[in-house]
Amino acid sequence: MDIFLQQIVNGLTLGCVYAVVALGYTMVYGIIQLINFAHGEVVMIGAMVAFTVITALAGSGAPPLIIVLAGITAAIPVCMATGYVVERTAYRPLRNAPRLAPLITAIGVSIVLQHVAMMIWGRNYISFPQIVEFTPYHITSNPNGATISNIQIVIILTSIAMMAALLGLVYRTRMGIAMRAVSQRPDVAGLMGVNINSVISFTFMIGAALGAIAGVMVGSYYGIAHYQMGFLLGLKAFSAAVLGGIGNLGGAVLGGILMGLIESLGAGYMGDLTNVCTLDKFLPGFQALCEANPNSSFFGSNYKDVYAFIVLILVLVFRPQGLLGERTGDRA
Amino acid sequence: MNALANSVANLRSNPKLYWVGVALIAISLLALPFVLAMVGTAWVRITNLAILFVLLSLGLNIVVGFAGLLDLGYIAFYAVGAYVYALLASPHFGLHLPWWMILPIGAFVACIFGILLGTPTLKLRGDYLAIVTLGFGEIIRIFMNNLSEPINLTNGPKGLATIDPIHVLGHDLSSTTRIGDFAMQGPIKYYYLLLIILLVVIVINLRLQNSRIGRAWEAIREDELAARAMGINTTRMKLLAFAMGASFGGIAGGLFSSIQGFISPESFILNESVMVLAMVVLGGMGNIWGVILGAILLSFVPEVLRYTAEPLQKMIFGKSLIDPEVIRMLLFGLAMVVMMLYRPAGILPSSVRRRELSRDE
Repeated sequence: MDIFLQQIVNGLTLGCVYAVVALGYTMVYGIIQLINFAHGEVVMIGAMVAFTVITALAGSGAPPLIIVLAGITAAIPVCMATGYVVERTAYRPLRNAPRLAPLITAIGVSIVLQHVAMMIWGRNYISFPQIVEFTPYHITSNPNGATISNIQIVIILTSIAMMAALLGLVYRTRMGIAMRAVSQRPDVAGLMGVNINSVISFTFMIGAALGAIAGVMVGSYYGIAHYQMGFLLGLKAFSAAVLGGIGNLGGAVLGGILMGLIESLGAGYMGDLTNVCTLDKFLPGFQALCEANPNSSFFGSNYKDVYAFIVLILVLVFRPQGLLGERTGDRA
Repeated sequence: MNALANSVANLRSNPKLYWVGVALIAISLLALPFVLAMVGTAWVRITNLAILFVLLSLGLNIVVGFAGLLDLGYIAFYAVGAYVYALLASPHFGLHLPWWMILPIGAFVACIFGILLGTPTLKLRGDYLAIVTLGFGEIIRIFMNNLSEPINLTNGPKGLATIDPIHVLGHDLSSTTRIGDFAMQGPIKYYYLLLIILLVVIVINLRLQNSRIGRAWEAIREDELAARAMGINTTRMKLLAFAMGASFGGIAGGLFSSIQGFISPESFILNESVMVLAMVVLGGMGNIWGVILGAILLSFVPEVLRYTAEPLQKMIFGKSLIDPEVIRMLLFGLAMVVMMLYRPAGILPSSVRRRELSRDE
């Protein structure tokens, strides 16, 4: 039971990060129906910039909170600028081109960003300086039971705050009205006096800012950053957005959290379920394998990256509009 | 480029000159490995890899160029072909089947994987397909990395080594043959084998393009709804494109396995898929000659850079600032962005494709 609780806590934390990244995908998709492949790379750049700032300030003796905030405030503008430049150079000229064209530039941009980051930060894993003391808190009365760490609490709270702020922005402000108008019918929105280009740029920049914060959260949660970290993270977050219903903000949040839970529970339990000795109890023929290596299993935690794709394929086959999406299957 | 097209057209109207041209190209292709071997055998190896990439690009061109389905996990089929070859012709399982048996098996297994991937996804619109194929490529790599336990199938990240070279009539293609003073190294012999296979594949592709199937693909690419209204079974045609592209990838993978003698999951990462896609995009999606040109360019330019960029940087800055590998990937990324922005139909555009990708629709 304690292990289960622990997996839930870990899954929730991970899910919150996925949700924030998925919001970036879903916003851009909602407004111009484009999968922004480079979004994962924006998250990576956010993590890298924050890492640089935090490392530089780590020895200064400033309070940890200030240092982390400084890292985030440095990462956000860099990511927003990246998002803006990418939209301006690679996507805007192709807005009316066939669908294949912006997809291909998106992949190209993402490869370019990855390797530019590699030129700056090197090809090795870099470790985030541990400036915040890791403190686990017990959830249950059991002293060996499930814990939630201060970092996890901060990640979950920050994510919730950001999601709330984003919902407020989209549903309560003039800019939000303009964004929703452009996503429904860009040309009519333009006739109504909405500056379509600036609304789209704004959407990219907001998505990138969310990505920057997500990058810092991932970096500080795992303690490491890498120039290719954005690729898998982006794919999983995209799968989360599709799971929730792409283009739907609430869907992205729901999908992200579900995805985090699926991955965490899958990694935690599939290994035990497919352990050769467990299988030996139910099926014949596993005895020799069990005796040879009792700890090996068919789908251990080393397969955790697979779950996102399996979910993605299942969703696309059985419910292409996602859990909360309303669009017809033809759009998918 | 127009001048080139005109001169080709002139050649066609003048049969004598045309055949002289063909003969010249044939002779230069036959002599190429010996010229390259004088510079260094490494260049023959690079040429062989370039031919493999041409094969891969032609396979991907069927999916992306002909049928208009963006496949970002194409390297998975290459990997499947390579692993089938390695498992059936290496000490890993103690199997040593002959190559002419394994290559079709590899193509068949890759084809099955293509259908497996295609069946659930082909109903989807382009960008979803792209991301699912991307995930599929990654799944295959994760499985190759982890299928060493509890049953050792792929030997995990360590990869499979001492894979049998190809034997033709009992003659080992990887060894050096000596006839008097005249030595013919392994890579040169492989070059000729690859050249023959490449010619066969090119002919198949040319025939495919103008066949009923090829025209059906083109129709689907242009307008799926209209194609369906014309009575084309679009799902089956798209599946066929996937299966055929996958088979070509499988064959290229088998050849890769036998030439290298060693494979590991490292050889089949996402960057490789991106590379093949960049070759197709650069050359001109849907145009066989364009794709070949793109593959050759993007295979050789990075190698030339590898030999020139590093010494050049050392000369100017006193040290190597940018890793040639980075330059290579930047080149691939930029090639895709720049081509899509300024010449979306590629260096050698196919006439239909040019019409379709022009921006003033």
